[in-house]
Amino acid sequence: MMALAAIVVDSLVYASWLFIVSIGLTLIFGVMNVLNVAHGSLYALGAYTAAWGVGMYVGGAPDAGFVLLAIMLVAAIVVGVLVGILIERGVLRWVYGRDEIVIVLATYAVFLVLEDVMKLIFGAESYIAFQPRFLFGTISVAGIPYVGYDLLLVPLVALIGVGIWAAIHRTRPGKLLIAVIHDREIASALGINVARFFTVTFLCGAVLGALGGALSAPLISVVPGIGVELIVLAFAVVVIGGLGSVEGAAIGALLVGLGRTAAVFFRPELELFVVFVVMTVVLAVRPEGLFGKPQTRRI
Amino acid sequence: MTALRNIRPTTAGIALAAAVLLGLWPLLPAWAAHTAAVSLGGGLVALGLMILIRFGLVSFGQGLFFAIGGYAAALANQFLGITDMLVLSVAGITAAGAIAWALGYIVRGHRGIFFAMLNLAFSMILFGILAKTVALGSTDGFSVGVPTLLGVAPGPEAGRLTFVLFGFIVISSALVAWIVDRILASPVGYAGQGVRENELRLRYLGVSARGAVHLAYIMAAKLAALGGVFTVLLIGHVTPEDTAYWTKSGEFVFVAILGGAGNVAAPFIAQTVFELVRTFALQYVPEAWQMLLGITLLLVILFLPGGLWSLVDRLRGRNA
Repeated sequence: MMALAAIVVDSLVYASWLFIVSIGLTLIFGVMNVLNVAHGSLYALGAYTAAWGVGMYVGGAPDAGFVLLAIMLVAAIVVGVLVGILIERGVLRWVYGRDEIVIVLATYAVFLVLEDVMKLIFGAESYIAFQPRFLFGTISVAGIPYVGYDLLLVPLVALIGVGIWAAIHRTRPGKLLIAVIHDREIASALGINVARFFTVTFLCGAVLGALGGALSAPLISVVPGIGVELIVLAFAVVVIGGLGSVEGAAIGALLVGLGRTAAVFFRPELELFVVFVVMTVVLAVRPEGLFGKPQTRRI
Repeated sequence: MTALRNIRPTTAGIALAAAVLLGLWPLLPAWAAHTAAVSLGGGLVALGLMILIRFGLVSFGQGLFFAIGGYAAALANQFLGITDMLVLSVAGITAAGAIAWALGYIVRGHRGIFFAMLNLAFSMILFGILAKTVALGSTDGFSVGVPTLLGVAPGPEAGRLTFVLFGFIVISSALVAWIVDRILASPVGYAGQGVRENELRLRYLGVSARGAVHLAYIMAAKLAALGGVFTVLLIGHVTPEDTAYWTKSGEFVFVAILGGAGNVAAPFIAQTVFELVRTFALQYVPEAWQMLLGITLLLVILFLPGGLWSLVDRLRGRNA
């Protein structure tokens, strides 16, 4: 019974983390048809900047408190906006209209560049920002003590997910965005500034990627290569739910979260294997994902 | 003379390049011979990707077959005691061919990013298995003995890269490049152009696009496996991270794009450039190596969509 409760809670926490680190990827793909490999870099940059900021602040003020959370948030927004603009205006706009796969390669190139940029800025040593993790003490669920920060990720991420959903489906710009998603040309002919929607969407996705990194910073030790590992995991999550679908990303995160947690509990050696088996099965049987809509052929 | 004139320039070029490499052996310093041989191994993988690119497909998981080839050879060597490089190569190709044949039924209906992602997922599954299999050394991998050829064993004083291994790699790479060149000039090769440009029309013509993709997929897999066998024999060690992980697959994609799909020589040229630049970059600017790759890839995408080989084509066009 206790094991079951532990699996459920662990899965939920892990799924929340998966959702926040991959939602930006699916958002950008859904609107722009850009599969952004550099999402892994945004995550890593967010994590580095947040860990660095927290470290700097804690150095001067030992009982820092909730300011740390503000630092993490600001770090994510600054990184996401700056790097997002650089990528979208500096690189992507030159390849819009090229083949989907060429755009993937362009973002892969950006990813390679940013990998080394991070090493040049932050060096090769690890950054550890554990302080925010202990802000909320421990919370006991079914007799098992959990770190409060981990548990609070669940409602926070649920809030972010609902917020994104509401922004798309319940606001005017969101409805215009849906028009852009369905048909760029018609939307453009109706007077919608498609280029601006692209830039704003990319910035939102980039900030979400960096936010995922910033929120992860207290959970991990921030070292070179975290973006490399993250991006394949995020691919799996968004592909399982259906590329470009927010609800799909949530389902994908839950499935991967449950699969990986169960694997860790029963057969730890299958941990990575499980994730990609699910991804393969979904891609093979329903390439558009569990929640994606099959595309009609246009001749 | 007419007989000579009928030889394709590519065929002549392959034969010439192989002869030059073999002739240079006594003069080449060890590092240069090693770089040349490693470039041929990696070039074979990129050659496989080039075939797929001709079909309008990019695989982000070619490390899968590279790993299968490398591990098949390493396993046959370690557990069956086979040292003959010819047998090891056949083992690698056969294993990859069989697996690609089976997986081909799944991937042949996929195009674009779904093809790329599905292959990525396959390769990550293999990586997950290899990295957790203690019997195969987990993430550390295991070593491979010095190979022989048809009973010719290198003396104890010779290093890993003997003339026998070098010659074997050069001659088999040349043969394979020649075969691929001929296949690309055959109906299967032209079917690739059809799949890339207008699959629907190709099917109206009565050609099975899926069948053609399946064939190309198997070919690319066998080439990657042979490249894996060569690389493992040259390095003497095999690990999951240097074969099946997605970053390795990404490197191969980089090389294939850098070379371009214009000619079977292009992937080998690009792989050689890649190996040389890596050797020097890791020596002098180790923290900027990936940045160099990324910037090069961006420049190629933006200004040289046909890869390095399109420079050759341009030069030729000016001369003619």
